[in-house]
Amino acid sequence: MTPNEHAAELAGTPAGDAPTLPGAGEPIIEVLDLGKSYGSVIALRDVTTSVRAGEVTCVLGDNGAGKSTFIKILAGAHEHSSGEFLVDGIHRQMSSPRAALALGIATVYQDLAVVPLMPVWRNFFLGSELTEGVWPLKRLDIAAMKKTTREELAAMGIDLRDVDQPIGTLSGGERQCVAIARAVYFGARVLILDEPTAALGVRQSGVVLKYIAKARARGLGVVFITHNPHHAYPVGDRFMLLRRGRSMGDFSKAELSLDELVRMMAGGTELEALSHELSRELGPDSAITRADEGVQHR
Amino acid sequence: MSSTVDTSAEHQESPSEEDERVSGSHGFTRVLRRPEVGAAVAALMIFVFFASTTESFAKPAGASTWLFTSSAFGIMAVAVALLMIGGEFDLSAGAMTGTAGLTTGILMTEYELNVWLAILAALVLAVLIGMLNGVLVMRTGLPSFIVTLGSFFVLQGLNLAVTKILIDKVSVTGLGNAEGYFDGQQIFGSFVKIDMSWLPWLEADEPSFLTIYAATFWWLAVTVLATWVLLRTRAGNWIFAVGGAQTSARQVGVPVSRTKIGLFITTAVAGWLVGMLSLFKLTTVQSTTGVGQEFIYIICAVVGGCLLTGGYGSAVGAALGALIFGMVSQGIVYEGWDNDWVYAFLGVMLLGAVMVNNWVKARAEAVR
Repeated sequence: MTPNEHAAELAGTPAGDAPTLPGAGEPIIEVLDLGKSYGSVIALRDVTTSVRAGEVTCVLGDNGAGKSTFIKILAGAHEHSSGEFLVDGIHRQMSSPRAALALGIATVYQDLAVVPLMPVWRNFFLGSELTEGVWPLKRLDIAAMKKTTREELAAMGIDLRDVDQPIGTLSGGERQCVAIARAVYFGARVLILDEPTAALGVRQSGVVLKYIAKARARGLGVVFITHNPHHAYPVGDRFMLLRRGRSMGDFSKAELSLDELVRMMAGGTELEALSHELSRELGPDSAITRADEGVQHR
Repeated sequence: MSSTVDTSAEHQESPSEEDERVSGSHGFTRVLRRPEVGAAVAALMIFVFFASTTESFAKPAGASTWLFTSSAFGIMAVAVALLMIGGEFDLSAGAMTGTAGLTTGILMTEYELNVWLAILAALVLAVLIGMLNGVLVMRTGLPSFIVTLGSFFVLQGLNLAVTKILIDKVSVTGLGNAEGYFDGQQIFGSFVKIDMSWLPWLEADEPSFLTIYAATFWWLAVTVLATWVLLRTRAGNWIFAVGGAQTSARQVGVPVSRTKIGLFITTAVAGWLVGMLSLFKLTTVQSTTGVGQEFIYIICAVVGGCLLTGGYGSAVGAALGALIFGMVSQGIVYEGWDNDWVYAFLGVMLLGAVMVNNWVKARAEAVR
């Protein structure tokens, strides 16, 4: 079964209808004034951005800013309650993650959905195993699965010693990359990465950023959710900032410098108020205060 | 996709396809990494010990006895191992063997039902009980340890109470006189005798026939089938996944409930099979049959390399665990020791196995 056929099977449509990847720079997902309320609680409003083939759209925001509500709408886990949500230029109201998957929108969650004790290749195909033969002799096509796993990981630039090793023995970054490669293989056109670098050290984060760039180079649209502007800026083409459920704007890389991004992220005036408060608490001579002033004067 | 590739293709892979960095971990470490290695070594040691310290252990007549004991426990241990790999326990498995035997026995003797219908009725009952266990565990979200502890007591009580109501006794006897008994015996209670007089340690005039009961062939078949399912089918992949990380398995589309309910049914059906094997060999069944054996199955599975936390283990290992249990329980008799030592030994072996499992696993992973 090819990945496209697999996606088609999930969508319940013949292989011919499987969504294809548009040319680089073409929008795959567009959202206009998107909003979501749970009863009287408004979790998200007025969000406008786009995800384009071969580009990385970064969604930045602090905890509770509405990042997870936004990705849940994109991933089909929640339906939006206002605004417009277009995939391939067609209005959509997605009711399930399966529907999103059928449109080629795949989400890699923080816990990665891997089984630590199982070999890499079994994890790669878990839930979508390749088989050969007919029942009752229907069995796993192990040789093909191992080969595909090796090839797909190599295509992402992941160099594994042995696809037979338990995935739990891989580093956090490597596991993240296997999850990304898996989503790409199973027909993803848009990859939603939920805080992939949050639990990783500096070096491992670098590894993951490299694979995000790799996925972009393969022509995929990537939605990169993070609260770290230093991770977002090097790989991002478009930045959408969220604060308290509202969009603070949607910028292309040309419109925004890293310093501006950091300032907006930290919330400008809020950060100044915090440093005043800290200098009062800690005294003007403390290391934190001095370092902080250094930042502001620069 | 290609349909001509067979499973042996795995071993034929040219070395060039493998990464040069793994060549060092082939061979010995690869073997050590298998979950059943500890049990295989222990089984060999125990065999050598009893064979060299007792008269009759390694003789055909003696071996026939421990082979039969191992077989009945082995079938259950393999089924319980699958369930444990899937992350659940079934404490009602022992009482289930009694329930199945009693059902068939009472239907044949008291109601003179056709032997095949009586066997089928017990099978249907087993499937229903397994399904009930599985559905209860999945619906309530309670630990299977608690749910099946409940069904264990229910079965234990019903086995006694219902039997007393129906036949006014606590055991079914005289099955040998029931119509069609010999048909059932062909499948569940027959045996073959193999001439072992070529064994060098036998005297010329000794009885030299090894009796292998149907149970042993069933045990082998169940072990082979379980191993094939575990390692070579989608269902096997799902069993490891639901036991190793249930949420992750669900996220990638593994049917978690269906897999686990299927495992509970498998265990109950294994209980039915063992019930039939014992019924048609002994022609009698007690109301208390199987009670107390549920933990022995779990111990056999753990000795065979199953992790108590799920997601790891093997069917061959569980079969070897049962072989160890069979050899020890019979070997202690041949030694002339008190039978109660079996349980003390079981406890020590369980603790030892858990520690060895962890050590082997940690070691095998560290070498990488």
